[in-house]
Amino acid sequence: MPAPSEEMMEAIAEPAVPEVSAPRLVGHRSVIFATLAIALVLPFLVQSFLTFQLTLVLVYAIAIIGLNLLTGFNGQFSLGHSAFYALGAYVAAMLMDKVNFPYAATLPVAGIACFVFGFLFGLPALRLEGVYLALATFALAVATPQILKLSPLEYWTGGVQGIVISKPDAPYGLPLTQDQWLYFFTLLVTVIMTLLAHNLVASRTGRAMMAIRDNPTAARSMGINIALYKSLTFGVSALYTGVAGALGAIVVQFVAPDSFTFFLSITLLVGLVVGGVGWIPGAFFGGAFVLFVPNFAESISKGLSGAVYGVMIILLIFMLPTGAAGLVRAVTQRLRGQNIR
Amino acid sequence: MELLLQQILAGLATGTIYACIALAIVMTYQAIGHLNFAQGEMAMFSTFIAWQLTQWGAPYWVAFFVTVAVSFAGGVLIELIVLRPIQHAPVLSHVAVFIGLLAILNSLAGFLWDFNVKPFPTPFGTAPLFANGFIDAHQAGMIAVTLFLLAFLYVFFRFTRVGLAMRAAAHDPVSARLVGIRVGWMTALGWGMAAAIGAIAGMMIAPVVFLEPNMMLGVLLYGFAGAVLGGLTSPAGAVIGGLIVGVIENLAGTFIPVIGGELKLTIALAIIVVVLVMKPQGLLGRPVLHRV
Amino acid sequence: MTALLDVYGLHASYGPTRVLHGLSFSVSDRGVTTLLGGNGAGKTTTLRAICGMVARTGEITFAGQTITRSSTEHIARLGVAHVPDGRGTFTRLTVEENLELGAITRRDRNDVVDDLERVFGYFPVLQKRRGQQAGTLSGGEQQMLAIGRALMLRPRLMLLDEPSFGLAPRLVHELFDILTTLNKREGVSLLLVEQNAALALELADHAYLLETGRIVFSGAAREIREDEKIRRSYLGY
Repeated sequence: MPAPSEEMMEAIAEPAVPEVSAPRLVGHRSVIFATLAIALVLPFLVQSFLTFQLTLVLVYAIAIIGLNLLTGFNGQFSLGHSAFYALGAYVAAMLMDKVNFPYAATLPVAGIACFVFGFLFGLPALRLEGVYLALATFALAVATPQILKLSPLEYWTGGVQGIVISKPDAPYGLPLTQDQWLYFFTLLVTVIMTLLAHNLVASRTGRAMMAIRDNPTAARSMGINIALYKSLTFGVSALYTGVAGALGAIVVQFVAPDSFTFFLSITLLVGLVVGGVGWIPGAFFGGAFVLFVPNFAESISKGLSGAVYGVMIILLIFMLPTGAAGLVRAVTQRLRGQNIR
Repeated sequence: MELLLQQILAGLATGTIYACIALAIVMTYQAIGHLNFAQGEMAMFSTFIAWQLTQWGAPYWVAFFVTVAVSFAGGVLIELIVLRPIQHAPVLSHVAVFIGLLAILNSLAGFLWDFNVKPFPTPFGTAPLFANGFIDAHQAGMIAVTLFLLAFLYVFFRFTRVGLAMRAAAHDPVSARLVGIRVGWMTALGWGMAAAIGAIAGMMIAPVVFLEPNMMLGVLLYGFAGAVLGGLTSPAGAVIGGLIVGVIENLAGTFIPVIGGELKLTIALAIIVVVLVMKPQGLLGRPVLHRV
Repeated sequence: MTALLDVYGLHASYGPTRVLHGLSFSVSDRGVTTLLGGNGAGKTTTLRAICGMVARTGEITFAGQTITRSSTEHIARLGVAHVPDGRGTFTRLTVEENLELGAITRRDRNDVVDDLERVFGYFPVLQKRRGQQAGTLSGGEQQMLAIGRALMLRPRLMLLDEPSFGLAPRLVHELFDILTTLNKREGVSLLLVEQNAALALELADHAYLLETGRIVFSGAAREIREDEKIRRSYLGY
């Protein structure tokens, strides 16, 4: 017999899917309340364009949380989340445009539509591991804009032109601008979605998801229905991204096929990696990164903004391989260390 | 019946484009164990280098071989500078870095050479090869170049020591180190070769699809479809897969109304999903498990 | 006899877990040293540490050259052939390609051809299967392939991790006969990790007893073989 304990030690030292354990600092109540308080007063302090941008950060954050549930907690890859985002956006836009649906009511419909689509796409995708799943979802992402442009659907989708929708006013005569109201509306949705994601991950279901990620064979032997959980996670992940898409459509007042290319998938993925895979609050760091850094890159050089962005992504991976989660954890540990002394 | 035959021939001609890029994809996958999403942009950038050389007055074949050499060196450099530091990082970090590379190359090409479509020369001419005109000289040349590459790779991997060492390093890096193979060099070499093959693919494709920074995304998807269909582990499968994808695309475009014409990329999506679900190892590949 | 391999104060760890705590031992030139001990004593890790496959500190000298900071491939090129735990077969390559890989760093290509014949002489079954995918070989055949591959390096030192593992008793004896021949006739030094202590002690001139990453006893193989107390309490025979 070879020495099994040494083998085990090696297995422990190099986990198959390196992940980040949740840093406690941000889980701390006072930090959460302080962040929320800042988030609540921020729109009264900054200009309306920045408020609009912050709203988009929240929208991205919801989508990234969705991707994180799939990738970070269930170990499945997706380069196709732009398709779910697009579906959510189009469902919301078409409902508002064609049947005068109230904007808030489009969110659950978009979410459910994406859940069903995600679940169905997840069924065949189930049999695919890693690289193959990445490929299938990549293909989905690349094909999406073309499907949206399809001429028989033009009455509904508006074809290449897309659909323009109007911005909602604040209800009940609240003294808020449209941008401020949309910000608060999005913030409310974000808080609810974040809490739900947090509870999902902490629940039995969440543990089953993670067991599948870490060791499918062991998970199966514990009686977990892998096929069901993987498809469900795909559905829930799509639901989050679809809600984000619907919100995004309402916020930017416009949907068009070319807003939902493969590059949107990339954006979400970069946000996920930057925030930290497997750490839910990371989505907010990731959302801010993907919204502000390209603008920043453009301010450095207009012609080379893509190159600057690319260099920043690569540098960030070099310096913070575990994303914002790793940074927060390091800071937390340092603070703790000083407190003890 | 005649229409069908003609469309199949035309499909084979387009298929050579996909075969070319699928071969580059499989090559990279074999050498580094990752699907390089920046592969298409690397090929595009190489093709721009060739274009620039011809603009400066270099004869076609000089530009061709200089570009292949420069691309090889560029691939090695990318491995050393960008990927070596993260070799133990999780897969997602690799994907993010590939995306960063993609953004850099795309933007740099647009900055240096702008986004206007440029014609790219062909060394084979465009005269129709047969009377029916479905395969022209360039397409025939492209098939010849692809087959030559395939033969070259076969001989290289099967009969040379470096080829053997590369296969060993890709297959089992730990054991490869134990027999004294410098695995890091082999990976860098793999990147160099993949970049060089990509450059050749780009220069073959550019006369057909025209040269511009975004020329590769659609082609890359079809290349992926071809590679998956043929099997990600088989260079010969990649070529066959690419050709079949070209034929399917052409037939669907001709015989399926609306969908065939407007949803070309969706056809590639359908091919990928169907093949992956029905026969994940592809036509000629070995099953690949848990390696991303 | 001078030492070919000298290990002094070797520490090794997997991530934060320390496995070896300051081992010192040596293998003499043309000698055979064996490391004995139970599961988890750190024998496999010791071999891996010598080859630079795990993080290690201390002082390792091979043929007068410090290799503590050298890479695995560099150490192999110096003439250290490791027959690893689990054999390290390139399962998708052919038997012949596996053997070729053993000699991949050598420049004397003509001698390599002779060595291939020599390995086939030792292990005729490999010659019969030379064109076959190595993954289709039986466990015992793969063990022979691993040793044959190590021989193709023309090593000065072979590190053998449980060479008898999974072999039928008849094959075990055949294998140890071959190892004896290699050592006596070709002058290859051996560092042997073996569960079958009796067998290992017959071949070895020196033995070290490991327990949880420390050397608890060392001495001439003969001494240990004849010391009933040690045999009973550590080696269980």
